[in-house]
Amino acid sequence: MNEKLDINAIRNDFPILSRTVYDRPLIYLDNAATTQKPRCVVEAIEHVYYHQNANIHRGVHYLSQRATEAHETARATVRDFIHATSSNEIVFTRGTTEAINLLATSYGETFCNEGDEIIISAMEHHANIVPWQMLRDRKGIKLKIIPLTDLGELNMTAFEELLSERTKLVSVAHVSNVLGTINPIEEIIEKAHARDIPVLIDGAQAVSHMPVDVQQLDADFYVFSGHKMYGPNGIGVLYGKEKWLDILPPYHGGGEMIAHVTFEKTTFADLPFKFEAGTPDYVGSVALAAAMNYLSSFGMENIVAYETDLLLDATEKMMKIDGMHIYGTSSHKSSVISFLVNDIHPFDMGTLLDRLGIAVRTGHHCAMPLMSALGIDGTLRASFAFYNTHEEIDALVAGIERIAKMF
Amino acid sequence: MTINEKQDQIVETFEEYTDWMDKYAYLIELGNNLSPLDPKSKVNQNLIEGCQSRVWLDAEYTNGMIHFMAESDAVIVKGIVSLLIDVVSDHTPDEILNTDLYFIDKIGLKEHLSPTRANGLLAMVKQIKLYALAFKTKG
Ligand SMILES: Cc1ncc(COP(=O)(O)O)c(C=O)c1O
Repeated sequence: MNEKLDINAIRNDFPILSRTVYDRPLIYLDNAATTQKPRCVVEAIEHVYYHQNANIHRGVHYLSQRATEAHETARATVRDFIHATSSNEIVFTRGTTEAINLLATSYGETFCNEGDEIIISAMEHHANIVPWQMLRDRKGIKLKIIPLTDLGELNMTAFEELLSERTKLVSVAHVSNVLGTINPIEEIIEKAHARDIPVLIDGAQAVSHMPVDVQQLDADFYVFSGHKMYGPNGIGVLYGKEKWLDILPPYHGGGEMIAHVTFEKTTFADLPFKFEAGTPDYVGSVALAAAMNYLSSFGMENIVAYETDLLLDATEKMMKIDGMHIYGTSSHKSSVISFLVNDIHPFDMGTLLDRLGIAVRTGHHCAMPLMSALGIDGTLRASFAFYNTHEEIDALVAGIERIAKMF
Repeated sequence: MTINEKQDQIVETFEEYTDWMDKYAYLIELGNNLSPLDPKSKVNQNLIEGCQSRVWLDAEYTNGMIHFMAESDAVIVKGIVSLLIDVVSDHTPDEILNTDLYFIDKIGLKEHLSPTRANGLLAMVKQIKLYALAFKTKG
């Protein structure tokens, strides 16, 4: 039992956790794909629609002003949650993927020329690979890949050797969605900054699992998705240092992002609006802020401590299963366990776990280059949230053991 | 046996398994018993790529009958594959083209043929019909 968190009370905040699948209690261990939503987040959405829905900014009427205030208060909540300096540094996007695409365009088109290099790693999600490949094909840049060690950590010696005069950006995951590895991003940022190279951190798998302080990290850009941190689907965040966002050109054009438009010339709005073309998701922003306030009410340190307990418990118990192979054995791990048992195909194991009410993910996890590096087609992945319990881990372990015997 | 007689027989067999895990245990047994595909058939040209698992399907046409051979990298899929090719093998192109493969639904495995499963089975069923059509037009 965790002294700091009342897990049963927390579970009660998530109505979906008490549903059944195939007449069995749902055991939801696919949190790295998306987390479930607490009541307060869904209620925040309902509240906006029922009580303060109006298009924001520029509206003189009462409701528009309330909605605008709520949206901008949400931006301030995000700023505080990741310890940014100013709300101008918080750009709402549709998610991690859109934020990276924004930078691949706005930063990439401005600062990258033929022969320049961008460094990513072998453990990246496709969201942090494909936009750079598209930039590569437009601009003739080169992608340099940080290789991994046997533990599933970044090979830091190799990273330093990749840094060159031509490096224009380093873009790496804070936490791997497959291996769970927490990367030494402070060190990466420090080494890159020593050569005046900016760093983009894909925080999709980190923000819901640990405190993030972008100032302390000194990250130039930090991006994440709301839906992986108990928030709603369809909203995410691009944090960028003001000095960068100031000089980057807009990504999409349209309403909201302009100061003045004539057919001859358009001047753009100030930060952060320059990057938010069109009516923003002022419902999602408010609900995301509700999720952040919800997390803050428990304290991220307490969440880390509890999830680390879960990770250690699950790892220890799973290691005892005959034929178990865990991918990603760093000592700095978030609560993600990728595994295979003997030569049982992930689809087979996943299908049968599902029948036992246990939701895990199977396949390549949108990290096909990582799968190639590991020499496999896919894995099963159990990923834990702070509403998961030790009993659920026992059920997972019992399920895996039972299924393994069927082959 | 006609295609439908074979289908009905499978449905009957599956009625004995009331527990889902038993049903899957039987599919695993079928999958394990499916003879491996000849290496000359297990080639990319015969590969049906699903996101979650892969299926290889090849066919031979002799004396007016089509014989199917298939394999998958996942055993449960292999089990379903083995049922499918048993049902449609050694029939004429017309018989296969006019068949409604209802047994999958009746034994409760319809979800495995849904596009969201991405296991290659749905594409395999299509491919079976395409083979039948091709052999029919070739004559
Ligand atoms: C590390 C990482 N980056 C990026 C993404 C993409 O996030 P989204 O689909 O919300 O844009 C994910 C989602 O799985 C992820 O795990």
